[in-house]
Amino acid sequence: MKVLVPVKRVVDANVKVRVKPDKTGVDLNNVKMAVNPFCEIAIEEAVRLKESGVATEVVAVSVGATNCQEQLRTCLALGADRAILVQVDDAVQPLGVAKLLKAIFDKEQPGLVLFGKQSIDGDNSQTGQMFAALAGLPQGTFASKLTVADGKASVVREVDGGLQTVELKLPAVITTDLRLNEPRYASLPNIMKAKKKPLDTVSPADLGVELKTTVETVSVEPPPERKAGIKVESVEQLVDKLRNEAKVIS
Amino acid sequence: MALDATTLTQLLDTVRRFVRTELVPLESQVAREDRIPERIVAQMRELGLFGLTVPESYGGLGLGTEEECRVVMELGWTSPAFRSVIGTNNGIGSQGLVMDGTEAQKRRYLPGLASGELIGSFALTEPDAGSDAGSLTTAARPHNGGFLINGTKRFITNAPQANLFTVFARTDPNTTGAAGVSAFLIDADTKGIVLGKPNRKMGQQGAHVCDVVFDDCWVREDALLGGRELLNKGFATAMKTLDRGRLHISALAVGCAERLISDSLSYAMERKQFGQPIAEFQLIQAMLADSRTEAYAAQCMVLDAARRRDGGERVTTWAACCKLFASEMVGRVADRAVQIFGGAGYMEEYGIERFYRDVRLFRIYEGTSQIQQTLIARNMIRDHA
Ligand SMILES: Cc1cc2nc3c(=O)[nH]c(=O)nc-3n(C[C@H](O)[C@H](O)[C@H](O)COP(=O)(O)OP(=O)(O)OC[C@H]3O[C@@H](n4cnc5c(N)ncnc54)[C@H](O)[C@@H]3O)c2cc1C
Repeated sequence: MKVLVPVKRVVDANVKVRVKPDKTGVDLNNVKMAVNPFCEIAIEEAVRLKESGVATEVVAVSVGATNCQEQLRTCLALGADRAILVQVDDAVQPLGVAKLLKAIFDKEQPGLVLFGKQSIDGDNSQTGQMFAALAGLPQGTFASKLTVADGKASVVREVDGGLQTVELKLPAVITTDLRLNEPRYASLPNIMKAKKKPLDTVSPADLGVELKTTVETVSVEPPPERKAGIKVESVEQLVDKLRNEAKVIS
Repeated sequence: MALDATTLTQLLDTVRRFVRTELVPLESQVAREDRIPERIVAQMRELGLFGLTVPESYGGLGLGTEEECRVVMELGWTSPAFRSVIGTNNGIGSQGLVMDGTEAQKRRYLPGLASGELIGSFALTEPDAGSDAGSLTTAARPHNGGFLINGTKRFITNAPQANLFTVFARTDPNTTGAAGVSAFLIDADTKGIVLGKPNRKMGQQGAHVCDVVFDDCWVREDALLGGRELLNKGFATAMKTLDRGRLHISALAVGCAERLISDSLSYAMERKQFGQPIAEFQLIQAMLADSRTEAYAAQCMVLDAARRRDGGERVTTWAACCKLFASEMVGRVADRAVQIFGGAGYMEEYGIERFYRDVRLFRIYEGTSQIQQTLIARNMIRDHA
């Protein structure tokens, strides 16, 4: 079974981002970039499926500019067998990405598509679901446990009330939650060997997909600055403030 | 092998992430227990950290000097005791073999050193031969087709864990200087080797040194590093090993300085006195600026000397300049860090006093600052023809 893992290049989680003065977005100049942490979990899960003999090939795919090759190389170092870059120089919205991935899916015919549940930049949590709809595949989102056997995937999902288990017929779409696994460090020898693994580049035109912008960003604002706290004199005062000012207890 | 930019960046990013996520949180525990958890050593093996400088054909990464130095700068961000685990295998414990070993010797030991399955140690110093290492008296006498080794080696890093010693011993009894010394590759479990108790030391808890005593220790003739051709020429091997080792230590000093500067800056911007962050006071700023400048200078020196070495230049003088400047620099940076932290700098829980003690070693081993000065000046005079 082949596993397809879409991965996104995002700002490194440790970077404190700044909003651009014109409020059109976040300043990405000279900012350290990384594989979206949820996508890294997806890669890890795919590699584990391969190591346990369930999967035979892991293919990482990214949509974006040429510099996304860096993140694809990371995936190759982590254990993906090959990588595909769908080269698009302008920003692509979730629906566009889903359409491009649908075209890749049709070409590659994987048994499983493992997405991160969301990317830490846009936090949309849409691409996996849109892709599943376009491809007409069953989806198990926010997976915290995944078992694949006998043409089926059993997915434990983290939902508000607790854990829900769903069973999907393959091919299927899974999106990974934080607790699915703890990604490994790529070993230094594997980082060096990753260079020799295949990394193909295709364009939307090659895939017969036309990209349209359907969402317009009106403004990006930094979160409001936190005001300084106060010291309360007594427990009574604390309870009073929690009840009447913060209104968090009744 | 020269790495492309993306690969090198990934390598450095991975080491940085490992250091900051896995090692930094353990610093005070390691100092307290004087022990690095086996789990961490296993992770270092999996990452491939033991084989940075072992050639690829023997299972290592075969990093060039500049690449090695950049990795070591990342490792310097945490307690140098962690670096010490992989230090000897990448430096003095393997490089003699890499540079001068016979093919059979390389095949026998390098793959194990690269994977971390074997720990290599470098045994040059003796109770009466420190800075004047050439005067060593450990003797290797021909015996039964091999050599019989007798003598004591002192302050040997990683000796308690070592599987392989590179031992320097006098093979020509008619000499008293560097000329009659040879290098031997000796398995640690060879009969006649006795280890002393680990020394209690000023800093770098978790890294261990002890005496290694050779008492009628018989080794086969093929233990002679480089074979018969290098008989009585072992001191040159030691010196070449130290050229690279000194750049490694200099890079480590730069890494530690970066950490100390970062901690000092964060503290100075948080800590308020007289109604403002102490970073606003010009006297504090002067310390920060001096530390920044000196660390930058050392970093430039190390990378320049490393590039020269990669280019084939003999870098003995430059490596000594780097070791002298970088080790003294990090001493000053650590001292200023204690000052910027004030009373907190003196307290164990902030970790600054620990770094202060840890980095003190860099001015002493692999040649004291005075020995670097002597060497630099001697080479200057020699080259002034
Ligand atoms: C933690 C630790 C780990 C070590 N690990 C190893 C190891 O793995 N392998 C190994 O072989 N050795 C190791 N050493 C030994 C180390 O290299 C020596 O301690 C060092 O070279 C200094 O030698 P010494 O201690 O005998 O000091 P000495 O040589 O006695 O020096 C004492 C003082 O005299 C000064 N001095 C000496 N000669 C001169 C001179 N000509 N001109 C001016 N000043 C001079 C020195 O600079 C120093 O200040 C280690 C030491 C330590 C502390």
